[in-house]
Amino acid sequence: MKRIEDCEELAKIADELRIDILEMLHTAGSGHTGGSLSAIDILTALYFSKMNHKPGMENGAERDRFVLSKGHGAPALYVTLARCGYFDKSELASLRKLGSMLSGHPYSPSTPGVEVTTGSLGQGLSIANGMALGLKLDQSKSVIFCLMGDGETQEGQVWEAAMTSAHYKLDNLVAILDNNGLQIDGFVKDVMGIEPIGDKWRAFGWEVIEIDGHDMSALLGAIDKAVAVKGKPSLIWAHTVKGKGVSFMENKASYHGAAPTAKELEMAKKELNPA
Amino acid sequence: MRKTCLNSVYDLARRDDRVIFIGSDLGVSTLDEFKNNIPERFFMEGISEQHIIGMAAGLAMEGNIPYVNTISVFLTRRCFEQIVLDLCLHNLNVRLIGNGGGLVYAPLGPTHLAVEDIAILRTIPNMTILAPADAKEIARLMELTIEHDGPVYIRLAKGGDHIVTPDDQEYKIGKSIRVREGKDILIITTGVTLQISLDAARSLASKGVEAGILHIHTIKPLDTKAIIERLAEVPALITVEEGTVIGGLGSSVAEIVAEADFGQPKKFKRIGVPDTFSDNFGSQKELMEGFGITAANVAQTALELIDVKSG
Repeated sequence: MKRIEDCEELAKIADELRIDILEMLHTAGSGHTGGSLSAIDILTALYFSKMNHKPGMENGAERDRFVLSKGHGAPALYVTLARCGYFDKSELASLRKLGSMLSGHPYSPSTPGVEVTTGSLGQGLSIANGMALGLKLDQSKSVIFCLMGDGETQEGQVWEAAMTSAHYKLDNLVAILDNNGLQIDGFVKDVMGIEPIGDKWRAFGWEVIEIDGHDMSALLGAIDKAVAVKGKPSLIWAHTVKGKGVSFMENKASYHGAAPTAKELEMAKKELNPA
Repeated sequence: MRKTCLNSVYDLARRDDRVIFIGSDLGVSTLDEFKNNIPERFFMEGISEQHIIGMAAGLAMEGNIPYVNTISVFLTRRCFEQIVLDLCLHNLNVRLIGNGGGLVYAPLGPTHLAVEDIAILRTIPNMTILAPADAKEIARLMELTIEHDGPVYIRLAKGGDHIVTPDDQEYKIGKSIRVREGKDILIITTGVTLQISLDAARSLASKGVEAGILHIHTIKPLDTKAIIERLAEVPALITVEEGTVIGGLGSSVAEIVAEADFGQPKKFKRIGVPDTFSDNFGSQKELMEGFGITAANVAQTALELIDVKSG
């Protein structure tokens, strides 16, 4: 795919994808809104600027791989893949419906461009490790990107995987932490605190790059930096806002798994596309 | 059996560079040659079974065939979700080699007994389950795993078990083995219960009862056709397994019997581990005796089923 370097253009794409997410979830009548809006800038930076990929080369050896370990961010992945051309945008209206190619969580057998079936939290980084080891065996230059949620790091398996990535010096692996601070039951810090999360990853042997996960320029720079790190895996610690871009959804745990109503959708669209 | 199995993995790895070995803190000197000669495809992981299943899945997604080996119960019970989602749902070519299937680790206590492995794994689509009886059979089956499509669980017995599997039959994943002919009753076995059942059949023969034995090295996919064909010839059957009778071999056969139309009902007993935790330790043999997984009990059960006075 053509790589876009202009941050304003990328930010505009991300906001258009936000509208696609909200329309899709409104049509479905359910779905994970907040965590999709917090992750969409990250996905935009990866798929429209940094990753080597294109529709039709879903199994191509040269492609960079993306594992959505926080599987509930599926809506963000679907609108991104549709815009890239992996499938027609009209498919988005079928989310979660019988016969659709789009499940509530990513399901690789049915959706072009989805690498791994995820949704049970904590499992993606282990798979990403295996892919990274496999690519090293093949002396491939491809990079694995693995997007996790901050609540997800409460899962023990994440740390088994984190230990392994560093042990094998998997510098072809870039994990990204979508640190939106919320989980279903409320603020992560109140439910089960994960801090100091950056220190934890550093202590596990990772290079940690801390950024504002909605600053497109910072995202592009962090991805370049992470890919360039040699001898250890990198974590992009992206501070994000759950529900980002829609004022009344921001930092609200209640929008974790709730779709917008018709009225909310109209209000959100006005905020995202003021013209 | 374990040594033969691991040697087979090394043989396969020398022939096919897709083969990878992943262990979990095993301390196996058997594999030193593998480790020294093909270090890039030899991984000895820490104690992190759930992660290892995911990692094996990722390696398989990149075209490799990982053979994962550790203690059976930690591989299956702890990792059930990873096996379902990472391996079976993606239908990946990962092979799980479980040490100490059944009651092998009896002296270590109930934390180490793998008695429900077959029952739980049997519920997963795309899964193949192998439970060989002896070292010769594992060698034959390991050869077949390399080209097999989808995940495979290989349940290893204690080792040093008598070689009893016949040489003159075709070994195919999913195909049962006719070990003994007999019209009075059919004994269906898996793993090392073949040895027990052969002893039972000899004892029965001395009393004039001819027991047939059908050995099931592949519990899934089950050789339903052969089971029905053999059962059509006999009035009664016994299943013998070193595992829970809930959901294992006995249940699998019961499902077939219940849905088949034999005209006359079959007399049927399942022998295996009952629905209880074992609070005995001791040896594998002692626990098997406690649960009646013995030649004497198989023979006695057969006599009762076909209503012959045992004298």
